[in-house]
Amino acid sequence: MSMMRELYTQVIMDHYQRPRNRGELENADIEEHLLNPLCGDEVTVYAAFDGDRVADVKFGGRGCSISQASASMMTERLMGKSREEAEKEISGFKAMMVGEKEFPEMDDLAALKGVIQYPSRIKCATLAWTAFRQGLQIESRE
Amino acid sequence: MYDVEEIRHDFPILEREVNGKPLVYLDNAATSQNPRQVIQTLTDYYERHNANVHRGVHRLAEEATVAYEDSRERVARFLGAPDSRGLICTRGTTESINLVAHAWGRKNLREGDEVVLTEAEHHSNLVPWQLAARETGARLRFMPILDDGTLDMEEAERLIGPRTKLVSVIHASNVLGTINPVERLAELGRSAGALMLVDGAQSGPHLPVDIKALGCDFFACSGHKMLGPTGVGVLWGKPELLEQMDPFLGGGEMIREVHLDHSTWNDLPYKFEAGTMNIAQAIGFGAAVDYLDELGMENIREHEKQLGAYAYRRLSKIENLVLYGPDEDRTGLVSFSLPDVHPHDLSQLMDEEGIAIRSGHHCCQPLMRRLGVAATARASFYLYNTEEEVDALVEALVRAREFFGAFVR
Repeated sequence: MSMMRELYTQVIMDHYQRPRNRGELENADIEEHLLNPLCGDEVTVYAAFDGDRVADVKFGGRGCSISQASASMMTERLMGKSREEAEKEISGFKAMMVGEKEFPEMDDLAALKGVIQYPSRIKCATLAWTAFRQGLQIESRE
Repeated sequence: MYDVEEIRHDFPILEREVNGKPLVYLDNAATSQNPRQVIQTLTDYYERHNANVHRGVHRLAEEATVAYEDSRERVARFLGAPDSRGLICTRGTTESINLVAHAWGRKNLREGDEVVLTEAEHHSNLVPWQLAARETGARLRFMPILDDGTLDMEEAERLIGPRTKLVSVIHASNVLGTINPVERLAELGRSAGALMLVDGAQSGPHLPVDIKALGCDFFACSGHKMLGPTGVGVLWGKPELLEQMDPFLGGGEMIREVHLDHSTWNDLPYKFEAGTMNIAQAIGFGAAVDYLDELGMENIREHEKQLGAYAYRRLSKIENLVLYGPDEDRTGLVSFSLPDVHPHDLSQLMDEEGIAIRSGHHCCQPLMRRLGVAATARASFYLYNTEEEVDALVEALVRAREFFGAFVR
């Protein structure tokens, strides 16, 4: 299972088994539910802002190790960011997942690099990030 | 004598390797593989006979037309259709059902009418009816599934009544393996004055089907799940119903006379075959049913029944593994889940070992909700699968669980 070690790294499995910021937020400014139509996996992301900064972010739902670990990493990544910075992070991550941008070294996100060689799984990795972006867009319209 | 090793030699793809391991193909409910005989038929067609059908008087057009019509006859005979006039070539089961939902449903359904389906429908026998219901004001009713995965027949008898205009059900479930009592449902429908559509996507390939005995008005199935090429399937309908229906698609071939402001329709089945059909694929479908016929559907059913039961038995011994569907009278597929490994991860780990299984909602989201899961894993067998392949699956599942378990400890 050598190829599997590249995909299911210790870091991914750690986020999957011990997700960061899993749960719900009441009175969140963003609450966005998204379904991966391919496999039925679902994610809900919540974010509360303090001014322009993400004061708290959580996620819920169910899915495979890749989607759950990626959601967990996202919450860590976006905590404390401004809306604009969050948008940049999301664009950056999506670019990484299609091979258009290097993964940051020495960061948990780098563990998701192995997913690129499994095109059907890329949607799993980007699910929570897409939900957060949708949430930002809806919030800006309101 | 059913010799599975001999049969496997007919399927070139079964010789390939995936990740350095022999391919173990257990995703037959999604699509089946093609025997040499089908592939050769396609090659012959393209190398020697390729022409448009029903249009030319030149040699190739004649040959292609004969082969195409001959294939229609063979598929009709294979399915026990009373005649081939009602056998329409489509792109597959989905298109067949959409044809009925459009050409029959939109014309005949009214506000207050009911279409009765099951909770376990594939999206292809649900969404077309949602669309037809939205347009006509008809209402969809659902026969529930019992906890063992079989249909709740008491509720079925209650639901099928004077308002029912159509009963439309899957013959066999692509998730649970349940075989629905469609003969009985057709009877219930008939006595309520309703029509009956049988979605045979999962029965055509695996069970001896006799449309006459089923007592249905419409039957749909897909060639690519029956050893044939993709892009071809059939709808059989009672000719008297098809004659009353409006065309589904307009264009060439489906017409008799065309004027600038109106047209008249061709005879059955051509009225429903607009434009150039998937001719090569339809001819390939004929070769596929010949292959199935030669082996005998009774023999194929017996082989799959034994294999399915063997898989069910072996899988049920894996600790905490959850199996879905009835434990008997099922087709040769098993849906399951392991509590600590998501189905998506499971099928990825299986792929690493050359084993192709499916994971996800299997185009049955309402059924997944009924089962209380987001997704399941599914191994679906066909006439060329073996007990050794089931063993390979079981061993790989045990290893997958160990692999994931190692991170927990």
